Amino acid sequence: MKRRTFTRLAALVLAASVAGAPALAQEVLKIGAVAPKTGPLAGGAAVSYWPNVKLWINDVNARGGLKVGATTYKLEAIEYDDQTNPGETIKAVQRLVDQDKVKVVLPPYSTGLNLAAAPIYARYGLPMITSTATTDKANELSKQFPNVFITLGGAKPTVASVVETMVKLKERGDIGNKLAMVNVADAFGIELMGEAKPAFKEAGFELVYETSYPLGTQDLSPVMKAAKAATPDAFIAWSYPPDTFALTEQAIVEDLKVGAFFTAVATAFPAYAGRFGAGAEGVLGIGGVHADGDAFKEYAARHEQVTGAKPDYWASAMVYSSFQILEKSIEAVGSFDNAAIIKHVKENSFDTVIGPIKFDENNNNAAFWTVGQWQDGVFKGVASTGRDGAVEVKKKGAWQ
Amino acid sequence: MDVLITGLLLGGTYALIAMGLNLQYGMARIMNLANGEMLVTGGFVAFWFWTGSQISPLLTVFLVAPAAFALNWLIYVIFLGPLVKRARSRGQLEVDAILTTFGLSFVAVGLMLAFFGGDYFSYSYLSTPIHIFGDTYGANRVAAFLSAVLICGALWLWLARSRAGMTIRAISVAPDSARLVGIDVRRTAALAFALGGAVTATGGALISTFLTLDASTGVIFTLKALVIVIMGGVGDVRGTIVAALLLGLLETFVARMIDPGLTLAAAYLLFVVILLFRPQGLFGRPTT
Repeated sequence: MKRRTFTRLAALVLAASVAGAPALAQEVLKIGAVAPKTGPLAGGAAVSYWPNVKLWINDVNARGGLKVGATTYKLEAIEYDDQTNPGETIKAVQRLVDQDKVKVVLPPYSTGLNLAAAPIYARYGLPMITSTATTDKANELSKQFPNVFITLGGAKPTVASVVETMVKLKERGDIGNKLAMVNVADAFGIELMGEAKPAFKEAGFELVYETSYPLGTQDLSPVMKAAKAATPDAFIAWSYPPDTFALTEQAIVEDLKVGAFFTAVATAFPAYAGRFGAGAEGVLGIGGVHADGDAFKEYAARHEQVTGAKPDYWASAMVYSSFQILEKSIEAVGSFDNAAIIKHVKENSFDTVIGPIKFDENNNNAAFWTVGQWQDGVFKGVASTGRDGAVEVKKKGAWQ
Repeated sequence: MDVLITGLLLGGTYALIAMGLNLQYGMARIMNLANGEMLVTGGFVAFWFWTGSQISPLLTVFLVAPAAFALNWLIYVIFLGPLVKRARSRGQLEVDAILTTFGLSFVAVGLMLAFFGGDYFSYSYLSTPIHIFGDTYGANRVAAFLSAVLICGALWLWLARSRAGMTIRAISVAPDSARLVGIDVRRTAALAFALGGAVTATGGALISTFLTLDASTGVIFTLKALVIVIMGGVGDVRGTIVAALLLGLLETFVARMIDPGLTLAAAYLLFVVILLFRPQGLFGRPTT
C-alpha cells in the first residue's frame, strides 16, 4: 500500500515536472490594468484603452517578451473593471500590488480617474505615465507626485490651438466672426468653456450664442435650433461622446450652415465616421494624429489585425506610446526598481508610435495634437503644439 | 410652435422608454430595475441588423418584439415566479423583486459586454429633415413618435376593451379577488411582464436610431422610466403617456425659453410637485 502511494506520488511529480518544463523556460510577468469596463466612461475606454493593453502585450510577446536583466518575461494581463468609480480604481491598484503581487501597473483611464489614483500610485512608488489625462496643473502635480507624467496636454494649449485654427479660417475669409459655442455641464466642458470664452473674445470673435446642457441630455434639438437661429459662422461644442453624436446629427437635420463645425471628445472615434459617413467630411474635433505618417499607419493596421477594431485618431496612439515608454524604461534599467525606472523616464527621449516624446521639468509632454479634421474619411491632425505632420485645415462645406 | 412639436417628439420618446416598465411594475407587480438593459439590448439588435445587412430598424422591431417577449417570459418564470410564490405581501414581493432585478441588471450588463463589447453603438438612420409647419425635425424622431402613438394606442385599446386586457387590469387592481373569478394570476402576470419587456425592447430599437447607446447606459433609462411611471400613476397607461408628454414639453420649453442647463432641474421639480400634491401619481388610485 505504501509503495503504491509512493509510485503514484513519483509518477505525479514526474508528470508535473514534464508539464511544467516549458513554463519554466520562460517566466510570466503579470501586468496590472485598471480602467472602466462598465459605467459612464466604459464606451470611451473600450475604444481607446483596452484594445491597446491587448495590442501592447501581444506585440511584446511576439518579439520574444520583456527583457529585464537576464530574464525574458512573457507578459500576461490582469484586468480590473473600476466601474468608472475612483474609489474602485484605488482599490483595484491596491489589490494588484498587495494581493496579485504585480510589479508593473499601467495607468488608469480618463482625467478624473488618473488624478484620483495618483496618490496610490505614488504611495507604491509606481511610475504612472498617464495617456488619457488632460490637465493644466502638470507642474503642481509633478511636485506632489514625482512619479506622474502627463502626455495628453491640458485645456489651455488645446483652447489656444482651437482659437488659432479659427483665426486662420477667419483670416482666409472662410468664416466670419460670429461664433456659437456650447458645452456639456461637466468638469471637462466647463473648464474648456471657461478658457475658450475670453480667448475667442480676444481674437475678435463675437459670441452670438452660448449655453451649457446637463451631462446625458437626450435631446439636443432645442440647443441646435437656438444656435441656428443666431446664424453663426462657426460652431464649437466642448462635448462628450453621446452629445457629440447628437449635436452632429441635429446639425445635419437642421442643416446648420457654418464654415467650421467643431465637436470635442469622440469626433476622432472611428464610430463617428461610421455613423455619419460622408457627413463627417470637414468636421473639426479635439485630438488628431499624423494620420499619413508610416508610424501611425503601421500601428493602426496592427491594432485592427490584433484587436479587430480600428484605433481612434487621438488618445489610442498616445495610450500605446505611454506603454512603450514604460516598456523601454524597464528594459533599459534592467530591473523592477521603480525609482530607477522613473528616473529613466524623466531623463530620456522615447521613440513611440506618436513620434518622439521627451518630458519637460514638470513631467509634462509639451508636444501633443490638439485639433483634427475629417478629410476624405480620415481624421487628420491640423494643429498641434509641436508635432510633425499637420495638414492644412479646410473650410467646412455643406452637410452631405 | 416648434417648441410644442419638439416637446411632443421628446415626450413620445419618453413614452416608449416608460411604457414597458409601467406594464411590468403596474400590472405584473415586478419593480424591474433591469428594464433599461432590455431597452439597450433592443437597441443593439437594431444596430446590428442595420450595420450588418442594412435592415431597417422599423422592420427589426417585428423580430425584436417577439424575441423579447419570449425572453422576458422565461425571466419571469425562472427568476421571478418563485419570488411571487413565496411572497406574503406586496411589500415583500417589491423588495425581493428590486433585489433580484438589480442583480439581473448586472448580469445583463456583463453579458452585453461579453457579446457586444463596451464600444458605443451608434448609427444613422432616417436622420433626414422633415418639415412640419415650416420647421425642421429629424425624421427618425418623428418615426419614433408615430410608433409610440401606435404602440401606446394599441396597448390602451387592448387593455381597455379586450378580455385578456381586462384580466390584466383585474390582477393589477385586486390580485387576490382576481383568483376568485377564475383568473390564473401567475400566468397573466407573466404575460404582462413579458409584454412589458417586448414594449421596452421595441422602444430601444426605435430610439437607437437617434440616441447613442452602450452596454452600460441602461440604468439611465431605468431611472427616467421610473420617474415617468410614478408621476403618471403606477399601473395606468394613460398616466404614463400624459406624464411622458408633460415631461417632454417641459424640458423642451425650459431648454428653449430659459436655459438648457436647467432641464434636469425642471424635470425633477415637476416630479416633486406632482408627488407633493398627488402622491399616487396623476392617474393613480389612492392607496387604501
